[in-house]
Amino acid sequence: MAIDRAQVRHVARLARLALSAEDEERFAAQLQNVLGYIERLQAVDVSGVEPLSFAGDAESELALREDAVKPSLPREKVLAQAPQADEQAFLVPRILE
Amino acid sequence: MTTTLSQMSDALARGETTPSKLAAESIERIKALDGKVHAFLRLTEAEASSAAKAADARRAAGKPLSALDGVPVGLKDIFCMEGVETTAGSKILQGYVPPYDATVVRKLKAAGAVIIGKLNMDEFAMGSSTENSAYGPTMNPWDLSRTPGGSSGGSSAAVAARFVPGTLGTDTGGSIRQPAALVGCAGLKPTYGRVSRYGVVAFASSLDQVGPFAQDSRGAALLLQAIAGHDENDQTSSKRPVPDYAAGFGKGVRGLKLGVPREFFGEGLHPEVEKSVRAGIEKLKGLGCEVREISLPNSPHAIATYYIVATAEASSNLARYDGIRFGHRAKGGKNLLELYENTRAEGFGAEVKRRIMLGTYALSAGYFDAYYIRAQKVRALIQRDFLQAFAEVDAVIGPTSPTTAFKLGEKLDDPLAMYLNDVYTVPANLAGLPGLSVPCGFDSKGLPIGLQLVGRPFEEETILRLGDAAELADVPAPEGFR
Amino acid sequence: MPVADFQPVIGLEVHAQLLTKTKIFCGCATDFGAPPNTQVCPTCLGLPGALPALNRAAIEMAVRAGKAFGCKISEKSIWARKNYFYPDLPKGYQISQFELPICDGGAVPVPGLGNVRLVRIHLEEDAGKNVHGAAASEVDLNRSGTPLIEIVGQPDLRSAEDASEYLKALRLALIYLGVNDGNLEEGSFRCDANVSVMLKDAKEYGTRVELKNINSFRFVRQAIDYEISRQVEVLEGGGRIVQETRLFDHEKGETRSMRSKEAANDYRYFPEPDLPPLAITRAFIDGVKVPKLPQQISEELLQAGVSAPDVRTIVGEPALVSVHTRIGGDAKRAALFIVGELSRALNDKEADLEKLRFEPAQVQEVWKLQDAGTISSTAAREVLAELIRTGKAPQKIVDEKGLAQVSDNSELEKVVDAVIARNAGEAAKYKAGKVTLLGFFVGQAMKDLKGKGNPGVLNSLFKAKLGE
Ligand SMILES: [Mg+2]
Ligand SMILES: [Zn+2]
Repeated sequence: MAIDRAQVRHVARLARLALSAEDEERFAAQLQNVLGYIERLQAVDVSGVEPLSFAGDAESELALREDAVKPSLPREKVLAQAPQADEQAFLVPRILE
Repeated sequence: MTTTLSQMSDALARGETTPSKLAAESIERIKALDGKVHAFLRLTEAEASSAAKAADARRAAGKPLSALDGVPVGLKDIFCMEGVETTAGSKILQGYVPPYDATVVRKLKAAGAVIIGKLNMDEFAMGSSTENSAYGPTMNPWDLSRTPGGSSGGSSAAVAARFVPGTLGTDTGGSIRQPAALVGCAGLKPTYGRVSRYGVVAFASSLDQVGPFAQDSRGAALLLQAIAGHDENDQTSSKRPVPDYAAGFGKGVRGLKLGVPREFFGEGLHPEVEKSVRAGIEKLKGLGCEVREISLPNSPHAIATYYIVATAEASSNLARYDGIRFGHRAKGGKNLLELYENTRAEGFGAEVKRRIMLGTYALSAGYFDAYYIRAQKVRALIQRDFLQAFAEVDAVIGPTSPTTAFKLGEKLDDPLAMYLNDVYTVPANLAGLPGLSVPCGFDSKGLPIGLQLVGRPFEEETILRLGDAAELADVPAPEGFR
Repeated sequence: MPVADFQPVIGLEVHAQLLTKTKIFCGCATDFGAPPNTQVCPTCLGLPGALPALNRAAIEMAVRAGKAFGCKISEKSIWARKNYFYPDLPKGYQISQFELPICDGGAVPVPGLGNVRLVRIHLEEDAGKNVHGAAASEVDLNRSGTPLIEIVGQPDLRSAEDASEYLKALRLALIYLGVNDGNLEEGSFRCDANVSVMLKDAKEYGTRVELKNINSFRFVRQAIDYEISRQVEVLEGGGRIVQETRLFDHEKGETRSMRSKEAANDYRYFPEPDLPPLAITRAFIDGVKVPKLPQQISEELLQAGVSAPDVRTIVGEPALVSVHTRIGGDAKRAALFIVGELSRALNDKEADLEKLRFEPAQVQEVWKLQDAGTISSTAAREVLAELIRTGKAPQKIVDEKGLAQVSDNSELEKVVDAVIARNAGEAAKYKAGKVTLLGFFVGQAMKDLKGKGNPGVLNSLFKAKLGE
């Protein structure tokens, strides 16, 4: 499948990546190249094959967590890592609904 | 410092040296020589010296916490460590200090290991050369103009340069085994679910696995012993009991059946690499292993499959880097959209952006079935190939990487060429199987060559035993690091 | 075309917070109203490296709801990531279920409407909250990771009224099941509505519009009615309905388009690789106990002869149902006590349903005293009132207030003789056949006894003395 600059723009928006014109150009070419290689998968006969999304230990039975409260993190410690915060919350530019 | 991890552990047990002495030597050596290699992003001297002092006391009292008690180790900068900056090689995490320890870090501390510092890596573990680190590349101690491999290049280089006897890395498509091969040390990627991923900055969740680097298989086994096991914080981790990995080494390898996949010896494999890998196989044959050729017919599709599955998961795993709760935030975003788009544009490097784009595309409406679902089906076929092979053989053996260490910059502007470097390592990740790379020789340039062993699920013990038998005995330290 | 020619088609999606102690994927508490960002940890903050650890209680509650509504419980269900960027969504994706939800099909019994069919019930995590200020918006992640069940109904509803009846029945059922507190104001029970209209004779549904932010039963009716007439107007004006999400503005009482949400929402669902597929064993499913639903309790009360309005009053308030069960004995008599003395006390603030001062079982003691003739029915009412107020033992109340009635013959005989002596004239008339005077005689005796005489005994004594 071919990927053009319009698609690159659309995908970049979905992924929240600002791209310069050069980026668009370069990514379009490089993605096209990689997708060209990936095309080979279309030739594989996968009829009747179940998709594999979990390659982990199917035998070990599910380890569910018991519903018991564990201590949360101290708020100062949490907010200390934020680029912008007041004394109680993370701050972002005003969201208009 | 040229002793192996197990030799060091024995020396500590015999009281011939102390944890503080070893930590000091290691730090001193790093300060003297790492300028040439750039394996470490930062040292944790304060943590190391207090941990070493505590270990001194335990060793003196003859009450070590484990064989690792007092042994200096290094961590890929992908492992969260409370109070220590953790960047995953990315600018977007510059200055980020996690409020918690990854489970493997907690376990290493509990075993008494002394953490010396955090090691360089490709940004978010995306790369095969460590050139995608936002903090500059790492050099291969065997030839400073070449790559130590990647993404765990800092972890491999630190062991090759004898800065520390053991390190931890992560392996999503070969990021432990390939760098181990390129610097001539042992690197183990355990079975998916054998080691907890909690606190490990995620690249591709269904493929990522934590594993050790050491000069030899015995060192790798000691580290695996300390980090393996179920973790309630990672429900993909297995509840199977953890065996005593060291116990196996006595048994020898007589009677073990090895499968040599035809597909791993095709075009692209450098003749010098093939020659010494075949020599390694002959060595095992000589020790009583049965060797037969097998086929993994779907393995040629592994790279294509991998670059759909891994990038799809990564595109979602990296959505949390949004400049709101931690890490980098772009200045002057007037609205939310600008905040997101500029923060991520500034914070991520080119390769990470490429993979986020590819993965987002593969998951997007209209392409999901053609790419993601189809890739997951081929993934099932690749796993099936291995499980069928394991009905006949105990381990699959072949090269780890098609070439020896390549020049820095050589593949930078050709992403696909870089991806193809993982052709022999990626299948084990897709199938969730354990894989080990051990040094089996050198090429005419004097660059190390690695041999790969892939085992049945949760049979790390078997491939470690084979690795121990196959690996070059005492590889010398590289010129300039003796 | 008048509105009458159009048929509204309504389907509701309800998000109900589960009453677990901790969040669905981490050990943080789920208490409402805690100071911002004090119930957070690496997992619900979406910090690098953190992973989800599924809460057993959330699964248990989802299965309980599924069993109660007759859903098919999937023994294998899959977690999926729903990807989108928003400040209240720390990971940039919501862990939810897409293909293979935990509960499939089923129906909610709604009084007056019968069974309203469900598409599915699935588990997911709640988002945090954005508090919009003048200059900036604050992000509070306490709610991030609170377990939700999303209950997706079939488009079987045909009016705003039906929709709100369905919601009320569903809410009440979830409260009875002990999986949700039914609090619309605090947002632990939230509703989105899919509304479309079609010509009465049309074969296919019209284009549907999703209404968000409807947080009271009144608003549900307002929002849906507004939207129905809006759509009819558009169609009558020759326009067509655009599929979109609209926000209900309860100040203005109207719905308006939310274009911001529309902007390219391609959620890119894919299986959550941080969690293994959810395998639920038969044993686990069978082990989940399901309490009675309101519908069933109503039928039982009607069977017992409780009047329909009384049943509605009692079943409408789970606490009253529990009082009714705890009283025990004659179900009808217990119901009358609840809608009578108890309701009166509650209205007059003499009792609080949250913390009753009496043990409901004591009501039966009062009945015993009354049935044994120890107290009159009037006295019984007084005892019950006092019991509700104080919780004192009924016998003690009777003694303290001296409410016991006199049934001792010799004592009553004296009074009877005195009354007959006082009223010789009436006595003669009675003997002559004016038996209607019996009431007069008993009344006189009662006066002398200050109302504590046993009317039955007095009757027979007078009859005997005056002879028939
Ligand atoms: Mg939902
Ligand atoms: Zn939490």
